[in-house]
Amino acid sequence: MPKVSLKVNGRAVSRDVEGRTLLVELLRDGLGLTGTHVGCDTSQCGACVVHVDGVALKSCTVFASDIDGAEVRTIEGMANPDGSLGVIQAAFQDNHGLQCGFCTPGMVMSAAALLTENPNPSEAEIRAYLEGNICRCTGYHNIVKSIQAAAAQMSARPVAAE
Amino acid sequence: MYAFEFVKPATIAEAVKALADEDAQALGGGQTLIPTLKQRLASPSALVSLNGIADLKGVAVEGRELRIGGGTTHATVAREARTYPALAALAGHIGDPAVRNRGTIGGSLANNDPSADYPAAALASGATIVTNAREIAADDYFQGMFTTALEPGEIITAVRFPIPQKANYQKFAQPASRFALVGVFVAKFADGVRVAVTGASESGVFRWSEAEAALGGNFSADAVKGLKADADGMIGDLHGTPEYRAHLIGVLTARAVAAAA
Ligand SMILES: Cc1cc2nc3c(=O)[nH]c(=O)nc-3n(C[C@H](O)[C@H](O)[C@H](O)COP(=O)(O)OP(=O)(O)OC[C@H]3O[C@@H](n4cnc5c(N)ncnc54)[C@H](O)[C@@H]3O)c2cc1C
Ligand code: FES
Ligand code: FES
Repeated sequence: MPKVSLKVNGRAVSRDVEGRTLLVELLRDGLGLTGTHVGCDTSQCGACVVHVDGVALKSCTVFASDIDGAEVRTIEGMANPDGSLGVIQAAFQDNHGLQCGFCTPGMVMSAAALLTENPNPSEAEIRAYLEGNICRCTGYHNIVKSIQAAAAQMSARPVAAE
Repeated sequence: MYAFEFVKPATIAEAVKALADEDAQALGGGQTLIPTLKQRLASPSALVSLNGIADLKGVAVEGRELRIGGGTTHATVAREARTYPALAALAGHIGDPAVRNRGTIGGSLANNDPSADYPAAALASGATIVTNAREIAADDYFQGMFTTALEPGEIITAVRFPIPQKANYQKFAQPASRFALVGVFVAKFADGVRVAVTGASESGVFRWSEAEAALGGNFSADAVKGLKADADGMIGDLHGTPEYRAHLIGVLTARAVAAAA
């Protein structure tokens, strides 16, 4: 079996996988990182979104072997180093951006990708960016509010002195 | 998903060799092929990933044409095809951000889904599909739903788009799939106007020649007012009747002409 080596949330990992092993299977079954969810397994819902070399991808629609050598970030990598919730995660909690929480890992990863590309998105830009993230509970309203709150907080954060 | 061997060559020549095996299949961004494999609608013995081939990636202006590598993602085209804004805008509205970060122009044109966006751009632009073996004019390339001029194992290495004076793409998205219920791409060149329609016909993407003739002499929304596409041969499904799609073709063509820049 071919070996795949990745850096996942900063940690180097190496696993033997089959050609057909999906990235999400490697994350959940191989590495025990079950924060990344499988909602549909048909590339529609976005619950499985992770970052691969800095861009958001649906991990149910990428083969692990195809990203050998990549840096992967999952929802587990979004917390602060001390284990407390990161800014975007906390904003979802504070603004009722989740109900059952199933879609939340993908929402947070998509939100993080959006805010990297566009630190000050309009409401319309946020909604457009979440086109591939489906939520059955919230009606999206509070998800949008959460992301607006996170954006405001992140841009207000003082820049560290050199 | 059935098991297969996974190979990831670094050059086009190696990929062509790996694809010579008749049960081998190319893997682009996988945004269509992986769902198909999951449904066990395909069972290749080997998947040949094109994602490690640097020569297949990138957007470059070459004279009056825009050359896009076959392995270039929709997101890269949306960002970098600045000299052809209508094409960049089309790429930026395919699916959703995660799909655009992975799906490629070569995969989209090879698949030739009757509701896909790129086929409309390629046909309306009079693009050239460049493969490892030859160059194919868009007018000869699209041969009906999910059917193209590609031979088994042939790889789209690049697509060359002549840059029009003015162009615009109007997509009436089917909200569940985000594909085009109907999409119309209008491109105005010095020597004439080309209009390509996706999403509507049972024979896949096609040129609407009546509109092209009407716009050739008078490039304005008024020129296509009252022009009706024939509902015969249009797709009818739960999302829309053939008559509805035919109606949308007229509406979207007029909008595209009015918005062309
Ligand atoms: C949720 C979702 C929404 C989508 N919405 C849209 C949309 O709105 N509009 C739209 O147009 N598309 C849409 N798509 C499809 C998307 O654009 C795909 O990326 C595209 O159709 C296939 O490209 P790919 O690179 O992913 O190819 P793959 O899935 O890897 O391959 C598709 C086919 O092309 C072949 N192939 C791949 N690359 C090449 C090449 N270079 N040369 C020859 N053959 C090749 C493969 O063997 C396979 O048969 C959507 C997909 C998803 C999952
Ligand atoms: S589980 Fe990947 S998109 Fe739904
Ligand atoms: S919170 Fe339940 S699916 Fe989004």
